[in-house]
Amino acid sequence: MATDITESAELGEINKYNFRTETTGVFKAQKGINAEIVNQISDIKNEPDWMREFRLKSLEIFESRPMPKWGGDIDIDFQDIFYYLKPTNGQGRTWDDVPQEIKDTFDKLGIPEAEKKFLSGVKAQFESEVIYGSLEEDLAKQGVIFTDTDTAVREHPELLREYFAKVIPPEDNKFAALNSAVWSGGSFIYIPKGVHVDFPLQAYFRINAESMGQFERTLIIVDEGASIHYVEGCTAPMYSTESLHSAVVEVIVKKNARCRYTTIQNWANNIYNLVTKRAYAYGDATMEWVDGNLGSKLTMKYPAVHMMEPGARGEILSIAFSSAGQHQDAGAKLVHEAPNTTGQIISKSISKNGGRSSYRGLVRVEPGAHNSKNNVVCDALILDPESRSDTYPYIEIAEQDVQIGHEASVSRIGEEQMFYLLSRGLTEQEASTMIVNGFIEPLVKELPMEYAVEMNRLIQLQMEGSVG
Amino acid sequence: MTHVLKIEDLHVNVGEKPILRGVNLTINHGETHALMGPNGSGKSTLGLAIMGHPGYDVTGGKISLDGKDVLAMEPDERAREGIFMAFQRPMAIPGVKMADFLRHATTNVRRPDRKEGEELIPMREFRKELKEKMSHLRMDVEFARRYVNDGFSGGEMKRAEILQLAMLQPKFALLDETDSGLDADAVRLASESIAEIGQGKMGLLIITHHDKLLEHNPPEFTHVMLGGRLVETGGRELADELHENGYDRIRNAYPDAEAANQEMLAEEAAI
Repeated sequence: MATDITESAELGEINKYNFRTETTGVFKAQKGINAEIVNQISDIKNEPDWMREFRLKSLEIFESRPMPKWGGDIDIDFQDIFYYLKPTNGQGRTWDDVPQEIKDTFDKLGIPEAEKKFLSGVKAQFESEVIYGSLEEDLAKQGVIFTDTDTAVREHPELLREYFAKVIPPEDNKFAALNSAVWSGGSFIYIPKGVHVDFPLQAYFRINAESMGQFERTLIIVDEGASIHYVEGCTAPMYSTESLHSAVVEVIVKKNARCRYTTIQNWANNIYNLVTKRAYAYGDATMEWVDGNLGSKLTMKYPAVHMMEPGARGEILSIAFSSAGQHQDAGAKLVHEAPNTTGQIISKSISKNGGRSSYRGLVRVEPGAHNSKNNVVCDALILDPESRSDTYPYIEIAEQDVQIGHEASVSRIGEEQMFYLLSRGLTEQEASTMIVNGFIEPLVKELPMEYAVEMNRLIQLQMEGSVG
Repeated sequence: MTHVLKIEDLHVNVGEKPILRGVNLTINHGETHALMGPNGSGKSTLGLAIMGHPGYDVTGGKISLDGKDVLAMEPDERAREGIFMAFQRPMAIPGVKMADFLRHATTNVRRPDRKEGEELIPMREFRKELKEKMSHLRMDVEFARRYVNDGFSGGEMKRAEILQLAMLQPKFALLDETDSGLDADAVRLASESIAEIGQGKMGLLIITHHDKLLEHNPPEFTHVMLGGRLVETGGRELADELHENGYDRIRNAYPDAEAANQEMLAEEAAI
């Protein structure tokens, strides 16, 4: 029929971030969640008993917990979601082993080229299982482990049992419990003592099956005096029914070690993005979260650093961009658990076309955390009268001799700024894009080059059609 | 063909308040015009109305460029048609580097038909030209990496406006007190630069209170604005006379315009 041809032609023209590849999933669990399905996932993965028990216990916690009372409106039918989908049999050893349709998707994402250029290792998550990965040999020789978390359960059981779910136990919150019950994929990274990884390690994530949740589980251990920069970027195609992404990311940064974790997420407008990210930083260690959130229906994400021992540092840079029908409830948590610890939060949010961005941040100084310093700066830019921005700062301080700073600003694109740029020949859209890119520039310049370019391009896509 | 910017019986309101009450002015390409007048007489309003500021409401009259209706154009279209205004108080755009801003602006003005998203002028070519022009204006190269007008001193802002004039090479330039807030040396440099960039190569309308800016830019025409109208037009000697004697003769000669001017000043003071 003629209409079919028209439809498929139109599909081909959908922009790069909305494309969808037909996949033939090898196994797809039934919709919904119960003990049977959790057992099934554990069976397929051929997991040890402790992990199966952990999953089943987590399921009970998930079922007993109420939905969060704060943040945004969550309207999810948990029985209408696929919790597991495995697209191929096992991991692709070489590029040739990777099925063509999945390659096509990766080609559109530019992964192989990026890898050739400067990546020291790529793990790409396609649906629920890591299907292609590589790690430079010399890193492996230095004892660096960079694999998917499923493989780690089999091949690095001691490390995994020691650290898994220790920073974020399933009891932490309802969505951490859900992830613990049905998790699949995600990265497992171990950097041995004193090893510095000079290039960012990268992973690409992608949701590509309707009504399918993605529950990756990432665990990073940076041993004493070591350092790493981990980068993840996400784009998801658009679907008509609600989709759920609920990840758990745990990071342990030991004495004198350093970790930067950079995320750029650009979810489709119907995705609930409910993520728990937390790091423990020990003596004189530094943990940095760089977190960019675009798209999604609702994002609730507050990367946290607990500064466990004296001299630890926690830094969180957060960018949120919300447009029509989107609510970004993003922020940060810094917990000073020991003396002489230093924390900093910089948050920038942009709201347009009726979008809503909220900054929700917690700064807590525990008893005994003398001489701690903390500074929070949050700036919001609102592009039109329909859009909204809120700030919810929570500050809990149990010590006297601490330095705490908090600055917040809300601004609108001024008529005078706009006129100035127009008077130099820029169109309205170029001008507003330029103002927005200028607004987030202090954060973008912290990103690796390729991500900075990507970020600016994503902003440009977001801005298109926003005026006139 | 000589380009012509023509203003006919222009009436402009800000809100409900009439500011311009019938301005007539024709500027030919290559001519230098001085626009003088006491505070609050409407000089900046004329510039902003020609450029298309949304806060300035044209209630009557016409503006045309080579016969094209300027009033029907958005400010960015006016810029691409070759109209430029150096502002008295340029806006800061934090986080946007001068070089990026100028590359966009220069591309759009030189290629008015360029579609959004199409290539900008090549980086190498642009950099070379920018560097040359900056060194002419005795500006440090570091300037290109700074954020547009962000934390600039008064003098730096004015020089940045002149740099934009040099890069955009408009057909007509409206310079709104490009000498204000500058010390004597800086005014001389500005005056020389404008002469070099613009004299004879564009139509210049120089709004100024002082004679220094006109030193290197002797006007063929001097217009005096009072109460929102151009009450007198002369040559260079009129500018000299006003510098020497002030506006008393003008105020006495045009009592109606003077009354309108006082009324506008009083309303401004009341806000």
